Amino acid sequence: MHIPDGFVSLPVNLVNAGISLSVLGYALKRVSNDENNREKLPLVSVFAAFIFAAQMLNFPVVSGTSGHLLGGFLASLIIGPWYSFILMSVVLFLQCFGFADGGVIALGSNIFNMAFIGGVFTYWIYNAAVKLFKIKRFNAFLIGFFSWFSVVLSAFFCSLELVISNTSKPEMVFPAMLSIHALIGIGEALITVSVVGLVYKLMPELFVRLRNEN
Amino acid sequence: MRINRDYKRVFFLFFIISIFLAVFLSPFASSSPDGLERVAESKNFINKEVESHGFDLFEDYNFKFIKNEKVSTAFSGFVGTIGVFFITYFIFKLISKK
Repeated sequence: MHIPDGFVSLPVNLVNAGISLSVLGYALKRVSNDENNREKLPLVSVFAAFIFAAQMLNFPVVSGTSGHLLGGFLASLIIGPWYSFILMSVVLFLQCFGFADGGVIALGSNIFNMAFIGGVFTYWIYNAAVKLFKIKRFNAFLIGFFSWFSVVLSAFFCSLELVISNTSKPEMVFPAMLSIHALIGIGEALITVSVVGLVYKLMPELFVRLRNEN
Repeated sequence: MRINRDYKRVFFLFFIISIFLAVFLSPFASSSPDGLERVAESKNFINKEVESHGFDLFEDYNFKFIKNEKVSTAFSGFVGTIGVFFITYFIFKLISKK
Protein backbone atom coordinates (compact mmCIF):
# COMPACT_ATOMS: atom_id res chain seq x y z
CA MET A 1 0.00 0.00 0.00
CA HIS A 2 3.02 2.29 -0.48
CA ILE A 3 1.59 5.36 -2.22
CA PRO A 4 3.79 6.65 -5.06
CA ASP A 5 4.04 10.37 -5.80
CA GLY A 6 1.28 11.85 -7.91
CA PHE A 7 -1.64 9.93 -6.36
CA VAL A 8 -2.17 12.13 -3.32
CA SER A 9 -2.23 15.93 -3.49
CA LEU A 10 0.37 18.13 -1.85
CA PRO A 11 -1.97 19.57 0.83
CA VAL A 12 -3.03 16.05 1.91
CA ASN A 13 0.61 14.93 2.00
CA LEU A 14 1.56 18.00 4.02
CA VAL A 15 -1.18 17.44 6.59
CA ASN A 16 -0.18 13.79 6.92
CA ALA A 17 3.50 14.70 7.16
CA GLY A 18 2.62 17.18 9.93
CA ILE A 19 0.67 14.58 11.87
CA SER A 20 3.39 11.97 11.35
CA LEU A 21 6.13 14.32 12.52
CA SER A 22 4.16 15.28 15.64
CA VAL A 23 3.51 11.63 16.48
CA LEU A 24 7.18 10.88 15.84
CA GLY A 25 8.24 13.63 18.24
CA TYR A 26 5.91 12.28 20.92
CA ALA A 27 7.00 8.66 20.28
CA LEU A 28 10.69 9.63 20.60
CA LYS A 29 9.91 11.30 23.92
CA ARG A 30 7.98 8.29 25.20
CA VAL A 31 10.74 5.89 24.23
CA SER A 32 13.51 8.01 25.70
CA ASN A 33 11.56 8.18 28.99
CA ASP A 34 11.01 4.43 29.10
CA GLU A 35 13.35 3.04 31.75
CA ASN A 36 13.61 -0.28 29.89
CA ASN A 37 14.60 1.24 26.56
CA ARG A 38 18.18 -0.09 26.80
CA GLU A 39 16.99 -3.66 27.20
CA LYS A 40 14.54 -3.36 24.32
CA LEU A 41 17.22 -2.16 21.88
CA PRO A 42 18.16 -5.58 20.36
CA LEU A 43 14.52 -6.67 20.18
CA VAL A 44 13.38 -3.48 18.39
CA SER A 45 16.23 -3.72 15.89
CA VAL A 46 15.63 -7.36 15.07
CA PHE A 47 11.90 -6.80 14.52
CA ALA A 48 12.62 -3.81 12.28
CA ALA A 49 14.82 -6.11 10.18
CA PHE A 50 12.14 -8.81 10.27
CA ILE A 51 9.39 -6.44 9.09
CA PHE A 52 11.58 -5.08 6.31
CA ALA A 53 12.38 -8.61 5.10
CA ALA A 54 8.79 -9.81 5.44
CA GLN A 55 7.52 -6.79 3.48
CA MET A 56 9.59 -7.96 0.51
CA LEU A 57 7.60 -11.17 0.35
CA ASN A 58 4.62 -10.35 -1.82
CA PHE A 59 2.13 -13.20 -1.75
CA PRO A 60 -0.51 -13.69 -4.45
CA VAL A 61 -4.07 -12.89 -3.34
CA VAL A 62 -6.28 -13.02 -6.41
CA SER A 63 -5.29 -13.33 -10.04
CA GLY A 64 -2.76 -10.66 -10.92
CA THR A 65 -2.68 -9.03 -7.50
CA SER A 66 -0.31 -9.46 -4.60
CA GLY A 67 -0.07 -8.22 -1.04
CA HIS A 68 2.51 -8.19 1.70
CA LEU A 69 2.75 -7.79 5.46
CA LEU A 70 2.47 -4.27 6.89
CA GLY A 71 3.68 -5.27 10.34
CA GLY A 72 2.83 -2.14 12.35
CA PHE A 73 0.28 -3.92 14.53
CA LEU A 74 2.65 -6.88 14.93
CA ALA A 75 5.42 -4.57 16.15
CA SER A 76 3.01 -2.82 18.55
CA LEU A 77 2.05 -6.18 20.06
CA ILE A 78 5.67 -7.16 20.62
CA ILE A 79 7.36 -3.94 21.74
CA GLY A 80 4.57 -1.42 22.26
CA PRO A 81 3.01 1.26 20.04
CA TRP A 82 5.65 4.02 20.37
CA TYR A 83 8.54 1.72 19.55
CA SER A 84 6.44 0.36 16.71
CA PHE A 85 5.79 3.82 15.28
CA ILE A 86 9.48 4.77 15.20
CA LEU A 87 10.49 1.36 13.84
CA MET A 88 7.89 1.54 11.06
CA SER A 89 8.91 5.10 10.20
CA VAL A 90 12.52 3.94 9.83
CA VAL A 91 11.47 1.05 7.57
CA LEU A 92 9.22 3.27 5.41
CA PHE A 93 11.89 5.98 5.21
CA LEU A 94 14.54 3.53 4.00
CA GLN A 95 12.15 1.85 1.55
CA CYS A 96 11.30 5.26 0.12
CA PHE A 97 14.84 6.60 -0.23
CA GLY A 98 16.83 3.44 -0.86
CA PHE A 99 14.43 1.17 -2.71
CA ALA A 100 12.08 3.57 -4.54
CA ASP A 101 9.14 1.97 -2.70
CA GLY A 102 6.63 4.73 -1.90
CA GLY A 103 6.93 8.33 -3.09
CA VAL A 104 9.24 10.87 -1.47
CA ILE A 105 6.50 13.52 -1.17
CA ALA A 106 4.01 10.83 -0.14
CA LEU A 107 6.23 9.56 2.69
CA GLY A 108 4.21 11.44 5.33
CA SER A 109 1.01 9.84 4.05
CA ASN A 110 2.57 6.39 3.99
CA ILE A 111 3.81 6.80 7.57
CA PHE A 112 0.40 8.07 8.63
CA ASN A 113 -1.49 5.17 6.99
CA MET A 114 0.79 2.28 7.82
CA ALA A 115 2.71 3.30 10.97
CA PHE A 116 0.08 5.41 12.75
CA ILE A 117 -3.29 4.00 11.62
CA GLY A 118 -2.12 0.41 11.04
CA GLY A 119 0.29 0.32 13.99
CA VAL A 120 -0.59 2.73 16.79
CA PHE A 121 -4.28 3.51 16.27
CA THR A 122 -5.31 -0.12 15.68
CA TYR A 123 -3.34 -1.09 18.78
CA TRP A 124 -5.32 1.41 20.87
CA ILE A 125 -8.60 -0.14 19.75
CA TYR A 126 -7.20 -3.64 20.34
CA ASN A 127 -6.05 -2.61 23.81
CA ALA A 128 -9.50 -1.22 24.62
CA ALA A 129 -11.03 -4.54 23.51
CA VAL A 130 -8.55 -6.50 25.67
CA LYS A 131 -9.60 -4.46 28.69
CA LEU A 132 -13.29 -4.63 27.84
CA PHE A 133 -13.33 -8.41 27.49
CA LYS A 134 -10.80 -8.85 30.33
CA ILE A 135 -8.50 -10.95 28.15
CA LYS A 136 -5.51 -12.15 30.14
CA ARG A 137 -3.68 -14.42 27.75
CA PHE A 138 -2.64 -14.69 24.14
CA ASN A 139 -5.85 -14.69 22.13
CA ALA A 140 -5.32 -15.77 18.52
CA PHE A 141 -8.79 -14.74 17.38
CA LEU A 142 -8.56 -11.20 18.73
CA ILE A 143 -5.00 -10.70 17.42
CA GLY A 144 -5.98 -12.14 14.05
CA PHE A 145 -9.02 -9.93 13.80
CA PHE A 146 -7.17 -6.72 14.64
CA SER A 147 -4.27 -7.60 12.30
CA TRP A 148 -6.81 -7.93 9.51
CA PHE A 149 -8.53 -4.73 10.65
CA SER A 150 -5.22 -2.81 10.66
CA VAL A 151 -4.82 -3.48 6.93
CA VAL A 152 -8.43 -2.62 6.09
CA LEU A 153 -8.31 0.57 8.16
CA SER A 154 -5.02 1.64 6.51
CA ALA A 155 -6.63 0.99 3.12
CA PHE A 156 -9.65 3.05 4.20
CA PHE A 157 -7.46 6.07 5.00
CA CYS A 158 -5.45 5.55 1.82
CA SER A 159 -8.71 5.61 -0.18
CA LEU A 160 -9.90 8.68 1.69
CA GLU A 161 -6.68 10.49 0.75
CA LEU A 162 -7.14 9.50 -2.90
CA VAL A 163 -10.71 10.83 -2.84
CA ILE A 164 -9.79 14.12 -1.13
CA SER A 165 -6.98 14.52 -3.68
CA ASN A 166 -9.52 14.09 -6.49
CA THR A 167 -7.57 11.14 -7.87
CA SER A 168 -10.59 8.88 -7.98
CA LYS A 169 -14.27 8.88 -7.12
CA PRO A 170 -15.35 7.50 -3.73
CA GLU A 171 -17.83 5.01 -5.24
CA MET A 172 -14.96 3.59 -7.33
CA VAL A 173 -12.00 3.60 -4.98
CA PHE A 174 -13.58 2.59 -1.63
CA PRO A 175 -15.16 -0.73 -2.70
CA ALA A 176 -12.10 -1.71 -4.78
CA MET A 177 -9.52 -0.81 -2.11
CA LEU A 178 -11.47 -2.26 0.82
CA SER A 179 -12.32 -5.55 -0.88
CA ILE A 180 -8.79 -6.28 -2.10
CA HIS A 181 -7.28 -5.33 1.27
CA ALA A 182 -9.84 -7.43 3.09
CA LEU A 183 -8.15 -10.35 1.29
CA ILE A 184 -4.59 -9.10 1.84
CA GLY A 185 -5.50 -8.65 5.52
CA ILE A 186 -6.01 -12.41 5.87
CA GLY A 187 -2.30 -12.83 5.10
CA GLU A 188 -1.48 -10.16 7.68
CA ALA A 189 -3.59 -12.02 10.27
CA LEU A 190 -1.96 -15.40 9.57
CA ILE A 191 1.58 -14.00 9.78
CA THR A 192 0.89 -11.86 12.86
CA VAL A 193 -0.82 -14.66 14.81
CA SER A 194 2.02 -17.09 13.97
CA VAL A 195 4.81 -14.67 14.86
CA VAL A 196 3.21 -13.33 18.03
CA GLY A 197 2.25 -16.89 19.05
CA LEU A 198 5.84 -18.00 18.63
CA VAL A 199 7.27 -15.05 20.55
CA TYR A 200 4.69 -15.59 23.31
CA LYS A 201 5.70 -19.21 23.59
CA LEU A 202 9.42 -18.46 23.72
CA MET A 203 9.17 -15.36 25.90
CA PRO A 204 5.93 -15.20 27.90
CA GLU A 205 7.20 -12.44 30.21
CA LEU A 206 7.18 -9.99 27.29
CA PHE A 207 3.39 -10.04 27.21
CA VAL A 208 3.00 -9.70 30.95
CA ARG A 209 5.16 -6.59 30.77
CA LEU A 210 3.28 -5.13 27.81
CA ARG A 211 -0.03 -5.55 29.58
CA ASN A 212 1.27 -3.68 32.59
CA GLU A 213 2.88 -0.89 30.60
CA ASN A 214 0.01 0.06 28.31
CA MET B 1 12.52 -6.75 31.08
CA ARG B 2 15.82 -8.57 31.37
CA ILE B 3 18.08 -9.85 28.65
CA ASN B 4 17.89 -13.51 29.68
CA ARG B 5 18.03 -16.81 27.81
CA ASP B 6 14.48 -16.48 26.41
CA TYR B 7 15.23 -13.00 25.12
CA LYS B 8 18.44 -14.11 23.42
CA ARG B 9 16.68 -17.05 21.85
CA VAL B 10 13.97 -14.81 20.34
CA PHE B 11 16.62 -12.36 19.15
CA PHE B 12 18.79 -14.90 17.35
CA LEU B 13 15.84 -16.81 15.97
CA PHE B 14 14.29 -13.72 14.36
CA PHE B 15 17.65 -12.47 13.17
CA ILE B 16 18.18 -15.72 11.28
CA ILE B 17 14.57 -15.82 10.02
CA SER B 18 14.88 -12.23 8.70
CA ILE B 19 18.08 -12.95 6.77
CA PHE B 20 16.60 -16.19 5.47
CA LEU B 21 13.42 -14.47 4.24
CA ALA B 22 15.33 -11.61 2.63
CA VAL B 23 17.95 -13.74 0.89
CA PHE B 24 16.27 -17.03 0.05
CA LEU B 25 12.55 -16.22 -0.22
CA SER B 26 12.38 -12.66 -1.56
CA PRO B 27 13.68 -13.63 -5.05
CA PHE B 28 10.62 -15.87 -5.35
CA ALA B 29 8.03 -13.37 -4.10
CA SER B 30 5.07 -12.52 -6.34
CA SER B 31 5.84 -9.76 -8.81
CA SER B 32 2.17 -8.95 -9.43
CA PRO B 33 1.06 -5.39 -8.62
CA ASP B 34 0.01 -4.86 -5.01
CA GLY B 35 -3.53 -3.94 -3.92
CA LEU B 36 -3.16 -0.19 -4.43
CA GLU B 37 -1.42 -0.52 -7.82
CA ARG B 38 -4.09 -2.96 -8.93
CA VAL B 39 -6.88 -0.55 -7.98
CA ALA B 40 -5.00 2.31 -9.68
CA GLU B 41 -4.89 0.24 -12.88
CA SER B 42 -8.51 -0.87 -12.84
CA LYS B 43 -9.85 2.55 -11.83
CA ASN B 44 -7.62 4.32 -14.34
CA PHE B 45 -5.47 6.56 -12.21
CA ILE B 46 -2.16 4.65 -12.51
CA ASN B 47 -1.07 7.26 -15.10
CA LYS B 48 -1.07 9.91 -12.34
CA GLU B 49 2.00 8.28 -10.85
CA VAL B 50 5.02 10.56 -10.87
CA GLU B 51 8.50 9.08 -10.57
CA SER B 52 10.21 10.35 -7.47
CA HIS B 53 13.74 9.59 -6.50
CA GLY B 54 15.61 9.25 -3.30
CA PHE B 55 19.01 7.61 -3.59
CA ASP B 56 17.45 4.49 -5.05
CA LEU B 57 20.55 2.37 -4.99
CA PHE B 58 18.23 -0.62 -4.94
CA GLU B 59 15.37 0.53 -7.14
CA ASP B 60 12.48 -1.94 -6.84
CA TYR B 61 14.63 -4.21 -4.68
CA ASN B 62 17.20 -4.78 -7.39
CA PHE B 63 20.85 -3.87 -7.27
CA LYS B 64 21.77 -2.22 -10.58
CA PHE B 65 25.17 -3.83 -10.85
CA ILE B 66 23.99 -7.42 -10.59
CA LYS B 67 22.47 -8.68 -13.81
CA ASN B 68 20.85 -11.87 -12.53
CA GLU B 69 17.46 -10.78 -11.23
CA LYS B 70 17.18 -13.32 -8.44
CA VAL B 71 20.70 -12.73 -7.15
CA SER B 72 20.10 -9.00 -7.42
CA THR B 73 16.93 -9.20 -5.29
CA ALA B 74 18.61 -11.48 -2.74
CA PHE B 75 21.52 -9.06 -2.45
CA SER B 76 19.16 -6.05 -2.02
CA GLY B 77 17.24 -7.98 0.60
CA PHE B 78 20.38 -8.85 2.50
CA VAL B 79 21.79 -5.30 2.47
CA GLY B 80 18.36 -3.82 3.30
CA THR B 81 17.71 -6.16 6.22
CA ILE B 82 21.16 -5.67 7.76
CA GLY B 83 20.90 -1.92 7.05
CA VAL B 84 17.49 -1.60 8.72
CA PHE B 85 18.80 -3.56 11.70
CA PHE B 86 21.80 -1.30 12.31
CA ILE B 87 20.06 1.99 11.52
CA THR B 88 17.20 1.13 13.89
CA TYR B 89 19.74 0.10 16.54
CA PHE B 90 21.63 3.36 16.10
CA ILE B 91 18.51 5.56 16.29
CA PHE B 92 17.10 3.85 19.38
CA LYS B 93 20.52 3.90 21.02
CA LEU B 94 20.70 7.66 20.54
CA ILE B 95 17.45 8.19 22.42
CA SER B 96 17.97 5.53 25.10
CA LYS B 97 19.25 6.06 28.61
CA LYS B 98 22.67 4.94 29.67
